[in-house]
Amino acid sequence: MMEPRGLIAMKERELIITAALLMMIVVVPVLALAMIFAGKYRKSNEKAKHEPKWEHNSIAECCWWGVPCVIVAILAVLAYKTSHSLNPYKPIKSDVKPIEIQVVALDWKWLFLYPGEEVASINFLQVPEKTPIEFELTSDAPMNSFWIPQLGGQIYAMPSMRTKLHLIANRVGEYKGRSAHISGKGFAGMHFVVRASTRQEFDSWIQKTKKSPLTLGMEEYNALIKPSEYHPVTTYVLTQPDLFEQIIMKYRVPTQSL
Amino acid sequence: MFGRLGELALKHDWIEYAAGLSMVLGGMGVCAWVTYQKRWKWLWKEYITSVDHKKIGVMYIFVAVIMLVKGLIDALMMRTQQALSVGESFGYLGAEHFQQIFTAHGTTMIFFVGMGAVLGIINVILPLQIGARDMAFPVLNSISFWLFTAGGLYILISLIIGVFAGTGWSAYPPLAGLKYNPGVGVDYWIWSVQISGIGSLLSGINFLVTILKMRCPGMTFKKMPVFVWAVLATMMLVIAAFPILTADIAMLTTDRLLNTKIFTAGSGGNPMMFINLFWAWGHPEVYILILPIFGIFSEFVPVFSKKRLFGYTSMVWALFGITFVSFLVWLHHFFTMGAGANVNAFFGIMTMIVAIPTGVKVFNWLFTMYRGRIDFKTPMLWFMGFVVIFVTGGMTGVMMSIPAIDFQMHNSLFLVAHFHSVIIGGTLFGFFGGFSYWFPKIFGFTLDEKWGARAFWCWLIGFLLAFMPLYLLGFMGATRRLNHYEASNGWQPLFIVASLGAVVIITGVVSQCIQVYVSIKKRREYRDATGDPWDGRTLEWSTPSPPLFYNFAHIPEVSERDAFWEMKQRDTWPKKPYEDIHMPKNSSVGFVIGMLSCIGGFAFVWHIFWLAIVCICGIILSLIIRLGNKHPHRIVTAREVETIEEGKGVLK
Repeated sequence: MMEPRGLIAMKERELIITAALLMMIVVVPVLALAMIFAGKYRKSNEKAKHEPKWEHNSIAECCWWGVPCVIVAILAVLAYKTSHSLNPYKPIKSDVKPIEIQVVALDWKWLFLYPGEEVASINFLQVPEKTPIEFELTSDAPMNSFWIPQLGGQIYAMPSMRTKLHLIANRVGEYKGRSAHISGKGFAGMHFVVRASTRQEFDSWIQKTKKSPLTLGMEEYNALIKPSEYHPVTTYVLTQPDLFEQIIMKYRVPTQSL
Repeated sequence: MFGRLGELALKHDWIEYAAGLSMVLGGMGVCAWVTYQKRWKWLWKEYITSVDHKKIGVMYIFVAVIMLVKGLIDALMMRTQQALSVGESFGYLGAEHFQQIFTAHGTTMIFFVGMGAVLGIINVILPLQIGARDMAFPVLNSISFWLFTAGGLYILISLIIGVFAGTGWSAYPPLAGLKYNPGVGVDYWIWSVQISGIGSLLSGINFLVTILKMRCPGMTFKKMPVFVWAVLATMMLVIAAFPILTADIAMLTTDRLLNTKIFTAGSGGNPMMFINLFWAWGHPEVYILILPIFGIFSEFVPVFSKKRLFGYTSMVWALFGITFVSFLVWLHHFFTMGAGANVNAFFGIMTMIVAIPTGVKVFNWLFTMYRGRIDFKTPMLWFMGFVVIFVTGGMTGVMMSIPAIDFQMHNSLFLVAHFHSVIIGGTLFGFFGGFSYWFPKIFGFTLDEKWGARAFWCWLIGFLLAFMPLYLLGFMGATRRLNHYEASNGWQPLFIVASLGAVVIITGVVSQCIQVYVSIKKRREYRDATGDPWDGRTLEWSTPSPPLFYNFAHIPEVSERDAFWEMKQRDTWPKKPYEDIHMPKNSSVGFVIGMLSCIGGFAFVWHIFWLAIVCICGIILSLIIRLGNKHPHRIVTAREVETIEEGKGVLK
């Protein structure tokens, strides 16, 4: 996370540093005062002043109600602004046409669907660099949290619900992604590799994947949702482009027993 | 006949057998010792059936300490697993066992160590500080305690019979729902939290009424010690927050027992509703754990600084500011659910506002020390440790309150380091400080200073070693609750340091045990004959140590804030005739209800419904019998009081 490779992650790191520095304005004096007072007014130091009845000073108290108020006000503005500008639902502005990826959290693996390219993969994500990525997420298992620290923040993947996340990889490289929320026995194995590559390489990966002998439609999907741990990277040809909608709809149909 | 309870329930791996066996042996050892000392009757009369707030407080602390040791062993096991389980190696714990351990660790530490420690100190001290002879409802207090203990027992029972939940201490559905966790683990969690939660709610009502109705003459609101204010604020939170938890868990229970699907995805249910309700209780809960601690510091920092508390009015306003805002922040536990930018920003800003009154309190304590004569006894060491750790923990908390930052830190080890900073540095250090401060009041002799300081340094250094690496690991993208990770992450060295930290903390606990042992050995030397070893300022120090069962022979009259200090300055000790004192009689109803609840909950866990119904009827019956009791009080006559006081039965 401290070595960001994506625009969002970079801005988030910047924000962390700004916030930390702002708070130092209060934290450093507190720690310093604690040490100084502890040293100076220790019992053995008879020379120090002792005023047993001194219990109030309006100016001093105004200071430590006031200064933190000002800092919190600044932080509040910062929080409001960044909460909008770094909102995971907000599309990233770019000249490049964004790529759409649908993410399904399963027991205990990640399924990635590329509806435009009509391919799918498990525990592996190939993305082109400098291209905004629009993730849509759901879960067909307990709730998970989808996190690629070097590209940006996380978002929950929840059954019957759809969340969104916009990220971008600014540089070519391999990044780690994982589930950040406990989802049962195989949780620790829910990690995957994100390979950000050049456009050409991405396109050739798509072409290669399209020749994959495995296909993924509703039928194959139903076999796939059985729990498995440390699932190897697998790629599929996506034969049912609306699979993601179907997965969400499964939970919305009243008569269907789960 | 026995529901789902079968032989399989006893099947475990060897580590679980060892844990269960050591627990059983320990329990048998204690029983054998009590039998050998012929103390059963004494135990029953003096403690188990006692409705004396001081003894109930001691029992709370006792349970909290036992649970603390259990929780620490859990922690050490987790960190060792994480130090070993990297790449090819999968450590010595299976995934499911590891997940049970961290769930049990969280549940233990929050519900039984944190709550137990806080309620223990409040029980012992609060009535003394307001010049009362007991609680408003002494028997209810005993019921609360035994419900609390009954809840804690499940965590121990599940080591031997069945399993505990593996869902994390917050047990989110759908993972905690019937579909993904049909076994008994989550049910154990449910009944453990539910029963102790009801106990806490009853305590909340009891303390609130006690503070409002039982203060001695002259103690107006503005003359109450800050500890009393803090408890008042806390109990308002308890009363407002705990019913949410009770309802939330009750709905999860019906989901699991009757398949009501309230928190089931699909079928019209919504699992995220559980999370909302859980944190609508959960965030006030962390202030329930910290506000009384703020009260404790506000008591002993002035005493050891030989100075009045700085900024009393500010302190009280700050307490209530925190109380109010604490109900407007719960959503910061799940910014990542995707609620939208405005909602997130609102809850983020509310969260950082909490930092203002909290900061004011820290400044006021520091300026209480300013121009004081600070005596660095053990409690002051804990206070200094608190300032350092809590302030950094608070700072990281404010960082995470900014939603855009939280997206990167949520569920990472950074978060884990943050809340351990505020809970260990705050609640636990504050409890240790308060415990050493009031120990002579409770037991009649002071604690050994040398071992106290050693324990403090072990805890402080151990804490830094165990949790500073976690901040870094969070930055490196390590999430919590991992039983295994890849070697290429490069996390292992930091995990090894963290587990060393856990070992140093355990050394600190061992030092504390030695401290208590040494102090008991030297109790004649450390005897507190005056009842006022630290030159105290509030009413509890005006009683002998330990106080008599009726606390005060004469109900004190108060005209100033630091009431006892002022009395000492003026040296006015009015000689008044003794009078009859009404005291509640011992009652076994608390113990009976606690144990029946424990068995009843156990029956629900294993679906032995006839037994559950028997237990519920038993609880109702014992309440009816108790309510029919025409002589719940006894009168200590003026003559008896005189004999006790004059005969100095006081300083046995």
